[in-house]
Amino acid sequence: MSASDRRLPVIPAETAPEPPRLDFEALSRRLEAERGAGHWRSLEELAGAPEFREALGDERFQGAEGFDRRDLLKFMGVSFALAGLTACTRQPAEKIVPYVRQPEEIVAGGKPLLFATAMTVSGLATGLLVESHQGRPTKVEGNPLHPASFGATDLFGQASLYALYDPERSRTLQYLDEIRPWTAFLGTAREAADEERATRGAGLRILTETISSPTLASQLAGLLHDFPAARWIQWEPAGRDNARAGARLAFGEYADVVADLAGADVILSIGSDFLSGGPGSLAAIRQFAARRRPERDRGPMNRLYVIETASTLTGANADHRLAVPASAMESIVRDLAGALGVTAAGGGGGAFARFVGALAADLKAHAGRSAVFVGAEQPSAVHALGHALNAALGNFGRTLRTIAPVEASPTDQLASLTELAGDMAAGRVSTLVILGGNPVYTAPADFEFGGRLTKVRRRIHLSLYEDETSALCQWHIPEAHFLEAWSDARAFDGTASIVQPLISPLYDGRSAHEVLAALAGAPESSGYDLVRTFWRGKMAGDFEAEWRRALHDGVIAGTVSPDRSIRVGSPPPVVLASPATSGTQPGDASTRGRPTAAAQGLELVFRTDPKLHDGRFASNAWLQELPDPITRLTWDNAALFSIETAKRLGIAKEDVVELGLASRTLRAAAWIEPGLPDGTVVLNLGHGRKRAGRLGSGTGANAYLLRRSDALWSASGLSVRKTGETYPLACTQLHQNMEGREIVRAANLEEYEKNPGFVHEKEKEPDRALSLYPEYPSDTYAWGMAIDLSACVGCNACVIACQSENNIPVVGKDQVRRGREMHWLRIDHYYGGEPANPRHYFQPVPCMHCENAPCELVCPVGATVHSAEGLNDMVYNRCVGTRYCSNNCPYKVRRFNFYHYSTQFRAPSMRMLANPDVTVRWRGVMEKCTYCVQRINGAKIDSEIENRKVRDGEITPACAQACPAEAIVFGDLADKESRVSKLRRNPRDYGLLSELGTRPRTTYLGSIRNPNPALPEPVRTDFPHTELDRETGQK
Amino acid sequence: MSTPPVDDPRSASILEPGHTFASVTDKISSIVLARRTPRFWWVGFLLAFSLTMWLFAAIGYLLVRGIGVWGVNVPVGWGFAIVNFVWWIGIGHAGTLISAILLLLHQEWRTSINRFAEAMTLFAVAQAGLFPLLHLGRPWLAYWLVPYPNTMALWPQFRSPLVWDVFAVSTYATVSLLFWYVGLIPDLATLRDRAKRKFFQILYGMGALGWRGSAAHWHRYETAYLLLAGLATPLVISVHTVVSFDFTIGIIPGWHSTIFPPYFVAGAIYDGFAMVLTLAIPLRAVYGLEGFITLRHLQNMAKIMLATGLIVAYGYMIEDFMGWYSGNAFEAYTVHNRLTGPYGHYYWALMLCNILTPQLLWFRRIRSTPWILWCIAMVVNAGMWLERFVIVVTSLHRDFLPSSWGMYQGTVWDWSIFIGTIGFFIALIFLFIRFLPMISIFEMRTMVPTAEVAGEPVPAPGRIEGEV
Repeated sequence: MSASDRRLPVIPAETAPEPPRLDFEALSRRLEAERGAGHWRSLEELAGAPEFREALGDERFQGAEGFDRRDLLKFMGVSFALAGLTACTRQPAEKIVPYVRQPEEIVAGGKPLLFATAMTVSGLATGLLVESHQGRPTKVEGNPLHPASFGATDLFGQASLYALYDPERSRTLQYLDEIRPWTAFLGTAREAADEERATRGAGLRILTETISSPTLASQLAGLLHDFPAARWIQWEPAGRDNARAGARLAFGEYADVVADLAGADVILSIGSDFLSGGPGSLAAIRQFAARRRPERDRGPMNRLYVIETASTLTGANADHRLAVPASAMESIVRDLAGALGVTAAGGGGGAFARFVGALAADLKAHAGRSAVFVGAEQPSAVHALGHALNAALGNFGRTLRTIAPVEASPTDQLASLTELAGDMAAGRVSTLVILGGNPVYTAPADFEFGGRLTKVRRRIHLSLYEDETSALCQWHIPEAHFLEAWSDARAFDGTASIVQPLISPLYDGRSAHEVLAALAGAPESSGYDLVRTFWRGKMAGDFEAEWRRALHDGVIAGTVSPDRSIRVGSPPPVVLASPATSGTQPGDASTRGRPTAAAQGLELVFRTDPKLHDGRFASNAWLQELPDPITRLTWDNAALFSIETAKRLGIAKEDVVELGLASRTLRAAAWIEPGLPDGTVVLNLGHGRKRAGRLGSGTGANAYLLRRSDALWSASGLSVRKTGETYPLACTQLHQNMEGREIVRAANLEEYEKNPGFVHEKEKEPDRALSLYPEYPSDTYAWGMAIDLSACVGCNACVIACQSENNIPVVGKDQVRRGREMHWLRIDHYYGGEPANPRHYFQPVPCMHCENAPCELVCPVGATVHSAEGLNDMVYNRCVGTRYCSNNCPYKVRRFNFYHYSTQFRAPSMRMLANPDVTVRWRGVMEKCTYCVQRINGAKIDSEIENRKVRDGEITPACAQACPAEAIVFGDLADKESRVSKLRRNPRDYGLLSELGTRPRTTYLGSIRNPNPALPEPVRTDFPHTELDRETGQK
Repeated sequence: MSTPPVDDPRSASILEPGHTFASVTDKISSIVLARRTPRFWWVGFLLAFSLTMWLFAAIGYLLVRGIGVWGVNVPVGWGFAIVNFVWWIGIGHAGTLISAILLLLHQEWRTSINRFAEAMTLFAVAQAGLFPLLHLGRPWLAYWLVPYPNTMALWPQFRSPLVWDVFAVSTYATVSLLFWYVGLIPDLATLRDRAKRKFFQILYGMGALGWRGSAAHWHRYETAYLLLAGLATPLVISVHTVVSFDFTIGIIPGWHSTIFPPYFVAGAIYDGFAMVLTLAIPLRAVYGLEGFITLRHLQNMAKIMLATGLIVAYGYMIEDFMGWYSGNAFEAYTVHNRLTGPYGHYYWALMLCNILTPQLLWFRRIRSTPWILWCIAMVVNAGMWLERFVIVVTSLHRDFLPSSWGMYQGTVWDWSIFIGTIGFFIALIFLFIRFLPMISIFEMRTMVPTAEVAGEPVPAPGRIEGEV
């Protein structure tokens, strides 16, 4: 059931849906010429419009000729049956591309269909294929044709399905908390437009998130044309203002840089978490991971250096990671620039001279085959230096290319939001239309956005949820989810996609297109019309054909941004000068986002949350319950302290601390995370929402309350006070120390090449003959899985993909604290080495499907049994719930329904979320990873129909399908040529705890790192540190 | 009534001198047949009964809400329920041992304590039996563990020790019940004959199954009783052996050990005798039965406790030794974690309760001071509960992959059900002592000197000098 198979091929365009234009002159001429009793069915026929004739040619019902009674009855029967079908589902009325080989399969209700669409986060699109079961979207997959997906998905894409069916989504259009019809809003919109027109829109402001949608941008441009004095403000709390300013400094104009890591041997990240969450991160992971394998099949192993403050996934995957305070970042980069001859200044000793020296030498040795990334959080000067470094290394044109900005209108968002805040305070804004986003929550604290917002006379907010901003706006319009509305969007490299809905809005939601159209005085235009109108004429060739192709492929051909030949000028002197001497006048582009020198106290660093991003996903229970990739915390954020800092301040896990910054204070729970620079406190954005529904409200601390416009990403002068209280945190992994066990087997590349069999060195797998029980016969498929720990970056996408595919319930913070989370697939995270700068190891753990499974032996009722194909099957019906199997599972991959967790699938909308191919489990029943047995059987049925064996790669479990790193490979071990069999023969292949004699079918490929020989970093999987292990009150 | 000096246990008899057939019968049957129920009985019974009601409430809540009301989780899938199950089953063991093995070994001092020890066994097994049912995720399907013919042609999975448990425990419960009931028949006949009220005459009469005390009756009784004793004897060993298989068959370090069967059986007897003492000492005091349950009984039981306690101590020692000697990192860690981990205090409390405290029993003075003995027995009861807790929880909470390590704590519902079963158990004991003779009347009569002086063959096997 590979993804692309279930999509239909592009078929030639059908009849043009446009109404044929009537030529009344020709009509009257014809009528005059007509003699006798001419019959005509419509004016069009009479006019002999070519469109009409064409339409007739396509239709089956051409009058009664050649149409006998039997055929008529047959057709009537079919029509009635199909008419009945349409009542079953909420199909959008617009034409989305249907399945080609449709009929009997749809009637049988068996085969789901896939539709291409795209999801945007911060304006940039990721292409998706969404599975639809009889008209309801049930699963999100990546679109292999889309450059930001390559068939993979990130966790936001996977979790977007939950948001679609979230029972807490806003359902009604409201005016001052009263339900109003859309027409009432249209009245207000007309009234507002009339009123604003008088002043040419001087009081009209439109606040959006970053927009890349060409249609929306053209609508906005049209609106601004009609209201020349109006303003369009974009605000993205985790925005790229610094990057934009840095690009301007380096290139003299806004430009985006797109990387192709396939050719990068050495990668340097300066605070850039390019492997998670960012635009193009899936592509980055795909290319990065492809060269993390020591087999050299796709080139020699790359090497990743990361200089960062907070611990990110990118840092966790680094070969060399340097943890530095945010305030020290720029000087290190200057040192590096000096060492590479980019700047004359810098290059001095510094605390990290050895690191910087080795890094510079390595980069120099790989000039043109390296890439330097700078994180959006870094000041603009660092971005400019990064560009200069890349230019000096000759990376532009090789691993990197510059393109025109993808977003529709790159601006200094902070500056325009500042202006808006000023205008609101001064009463210059009479109508504020907020399309998406939640500025009351996300605007810098010093803007007092909420208070100023109420000074605006007419406030309109479009959003998916009733949030903090909705509460302060008179009009709240429920937004259509992206799976419910037409739109378009561009990917990080400029590729445009049509956002195709799969279902008509569940709650009469509206898209931003429709709201803007209403303001523009064209309320009748639907999103479909607007998007089509925009693209008509912009697609080469026949529009209908191209439109269909664009819908089918999920990308619009030929929209990739071309390279922009931008010469990187030498950075302006202000960048080259050291921060101490350069001017620090506010608003100066070169000092954008530069942390003020630490006067005293600690430094506070903000970062986007790996799960909730900037807070927009706070209502998403899947993401809330997903463990943070490194701290393993769920449902809350925490103020993160390094071990040393916590020791110095006397802070333990779960202590409530009061963070004081200038005059503002915030109470947050503390957590200890090895690997942070001492003196730095990290706080993730996106938590502490007040109005994010029942599930999302009140989790964690709201970092925005401390975030000022002059210190968006880091602030110094933080004071930390212990309050003496504690706050319970729910962590899914209390021990991140391997205890000296051979769990993740790791080596450096050099050692590995000297000793390829290192993974088996300490292993003592018992003799197969030791088992009392006979072997299972193996004359059919033997399913197995191999997980490459070198490639896995720990991004968590597989966990959400599994949750979505297998109807895994969310259990809530209290149950997680009691150790009852239900994720079938978990990603274990371990530390190794020095607590000050540990190595990170990730290990996805699904069911091992042991050939000699301890769980099967002890189940008294035979509810978990071995299948002929080697699967360890769980028979839910038969399970009585002794939990003996879970006790006896050495991998603890079994999950138990301690309560009736699946009641959450009873809410009417949530019922639609469930995958119909997977049983929803009852209370008291054990469950676990099945290798997506529904997909296995689906593929087997297909293959049996075609009288052949299942082909390698035909079955992709949800985790493997989502994996951007291609770290998970599933297949038939009996087929010696299958990919998984080949991986079995890889010397790195080992079975977890295979010394127990369980003979797992899921095996791992040892983790190989590639450190610089000049900076020796011995592999350490031990973690001689006990502070972390101290028990919290958690079970 | 002259009491022999306490410091000479040898002279302490198993029946106070001066008793005759009639006095024995009067003394024991009067407890049952007295019209007035003593005030302390009502107080004790109502207390125990209210705990029983609380137990049923807690069970109701459990059934409605699900197993989640307990503290169990992943990795600790078994908690109080299994701890309590093993504990109660262990307690039952003393009864069977006293009635069957000591009978076969001609330890006639068992006579005064076997009846209520057997009752204790039954009631303890009843408590124990609750837990395997209640701990299921779907208790209403518990019968699937039983091999019964069904249209699905499905059998239990016979490799699972839980299925063996079903057989072991149900056999044990059945044999214990039969054994106890068969032993009661002659006494029920006595009560029938002595009861004044019609209702009780009929009630006891039905229970007595038409016993008339004829030689044929006695003959058949003796045969049946001996056969049942023979049947029950292996059960003493097998039940707890099978229960220990629940753990030894598991792969979890701390469970996967061949030492468990003997050490579980010894532990069960240890705990069982502690429970007999816990019950016997107050009973003999309040009902004035010092003449029947003499210091010699208490001393003998204390000695058995000391002996089995030492076996148990040896078990602990070997367990820890093997952790090191096996060279297996997982085993070694489990032992290390037991001693020093987050549940270390449970382990050390267990050592205090089960190894250190019973060493006091080496002293004759302590053995013959009932209230101290009672305190020690209580400590051992608690210690044996801790032992099961340590085995079940500390093994599970940190097994192979540190990523899935967790903690376990009983919730209020765990405690409710545990304490509730203690209440239920005591309530049953109260009902038993009120309505049935807690000491075997007819067997005690054989202890009366006249039974020997007359030179008649005694129904019970001959007296053997010496002690256990």
